[in-house]
Amino acid sequence: MPVLMHEPKMRIVGGRIPAVRRMGLVRDITLGQYMPGKSLIHRMDARAKTLLLIIIIVFIFVCRNFISLLTISLFSLIVILMTKISFFKYLKSLKVILAMIIFTGVLNLFWGSGRVLWQWWFLKITEGGVNNAIFITVRIAVMMMVSSVLTYTTSATELTEAIERLMKPLKVFHIKVHEIAMMMTIALRFIPVLLEEADKIMNAQKARGADMENGNVFRRVKALVPVLIPLFVSSIRRAGDLAMAMECRCYNGGENRTKMKIMHFSHIDLFAAIISFLIFCAVIYLNLIYPAVI
Amino acid sequence: MSVIKAENIKFIYGTGTSFEKTALDDVSFEIEEGEFVGIIGHTGSGKSTLVQLLNGLLRPTEGAIYLNGRDIWEKPKKIREIRFKVGMVFQYPEYQLFEETVYKDISFGPKNMGLGVDEIDKRVRSAARFVGIPESRLICSPFELSGGEKRRAAIAGVIAMDPDVLILDEPTAGLDPLGRDALLSQIADYHSVRKNTVLLVSHSMEDIARTADRVLVMSQGKKFMFDTTKSVFSKGEELEEIGLRVPQITKIMQLLRKEGIDVDSTVLTVEQGFNEIRRYAADRLNL
Repeated sequence: MPVLMHEPKMRIVGGRIPAVRRMGLVRDITLGQYMPGKSLIHRMDARAKTLLLIIIIVFIFVCRNFISLLTISLFSLIVILMTKISFFKYLKSLKVILAMIIFTGVLNLFWGSGRVLWQWWFLKITEGGVNNAIFITVRIAVMMMVSSVLTYTTSATELTEAIERLMKPLKVFHIKVHEIAMMMTIALRFIPVLLEEADKIMNAQKARGADMENGNVFRRVKALVPVLIPLFVSSIRRAGDLAMAMECRCYNGGENRTKMKIMHFSHIDLFAAIISFLIFCAVIYLNLIYPAVI
Repeated sequence: MSVIKAENIKFIYGTGTSFEKTALDDVSFEIEEGEFVGIIGHTGSGKSTLVQLLNGLLRPTEGAIYLNGRDIWEKPKKIREIRFKVGMVFQYPEYQLFEETVYKDISFGPKNMGLGVDEIDKRVRSAARFVGIPESRLICSPFELSGGEKRRAAIAGVIAMDPDVLILDEPTAGLDPLGRDALLSQIADYHSVRKNTVLLVSHSMEDIARTADRVLVMSQGKKFMFDTTKSVFSKGEELEEIGLRVPQITKIMQLLRKEGIDVDSTVLTVEQGFNEIRRYAADRLNL
């Protein structure tokens, strides 16, 4: 099978693949979470967006009292609403880590000092524990939703481009920034292809009587061998083909490579930076004037 | 009794999502035991979906499929048995090879059936013989074989299960003309020796014309025609409307006939066409 480089790239990077290809294994996985739109957040420069959202996440962890936490959470909520993507989608992103949120929340509940509110045998809930639990739950939830803002409103190509540009200073330490970004792009680009291929091979082995649905864990893992080996073989072959195809088009790394879409900061980014800066200052100020609870 | 009977089958991908797409709509047909049936259709006409339904890899949204008179989904837990009876060779089957040796790979299916060592050995060797893989190659790694050999080894892996119905989805795609001819005659030999039912999905009208008794024509998820090979290929215009064509030799004979040359326009292979033209020439020259 030829390398699928001639396919329109957006089809997969954009995260929407035609219905017919979304079957079996592929069916239940949202690939590439980008949801195209025209909101202010969508229109922001990917670099500015990445940077500001990372700083928001840092500030979620800087908060040490409820008022500053409330401020940054409200700010995040406004950003989320500004994306004009249904809030339901963000809640869905939380579903994946729901177990983790509950686990850490409950664990923190029993972990703390201060006035004892409830006690049974060796378990006790303290005021500090309740505060810890609230903080950790809010922090994880907001962090997850804010990262979703980035992945929902930025296409994979823009995102890797932004990461490449933001990591450029690391070149000083001889880190191959362009190569890392290219590898990320290729990895993302080929996830759907690999899933589709895995699906095909699984069907072929099932047709020969491979039983993947029944049996204990050990048997099921063993049943994957007939799928994984062909998958690895074809991945390696495809990697070779892809390298050849890239060289045929004179790819030789990031040197002197020009871009089709040039990123530029606009007034939206400036505006976003100013607002964020003010919010960050407010958080620091609120942190200082009110007593810390954790 | 018909070996396969499809009754009003409908198949929708992604039911309940925004990606819903009807791949098959109200398709019914019957295939008799021992028949060689060709399946043709434009890309996206539902051929591949259809064959995957026939061996229980997909379950019809509506309708039912009967194998030897029994609904294949009667006992969903026993669907593996159906897959042993309806052998399926996918497109580019060489990408499913995984074992250390060709022998082991061909025996994967029979082993899954729970057969004894002697029976497996017998089946592996006879399957290898059918597809023309010499005994000496059985101990090789499947990854050492040439492209054509890999394809044939993969087909042997399905033949070794000795299915009642053998389905091949584009078995000759990407092979050179010689490999193509060799593989087709091996399949035809297999069919005439084992006397079982063979379904061949192909984009090559020449391949279908050479081998099939009857042809099922699919178009946009519906059964367009299901008739003897001769009668399907005599309807060139209808086939062209749905993006298909008739074998080149049949087309030439049809054009000759249009020009007023009195030849039989239902020939299907180059050989038949050659003989027909020679007969015509001999008649004209009164030889």
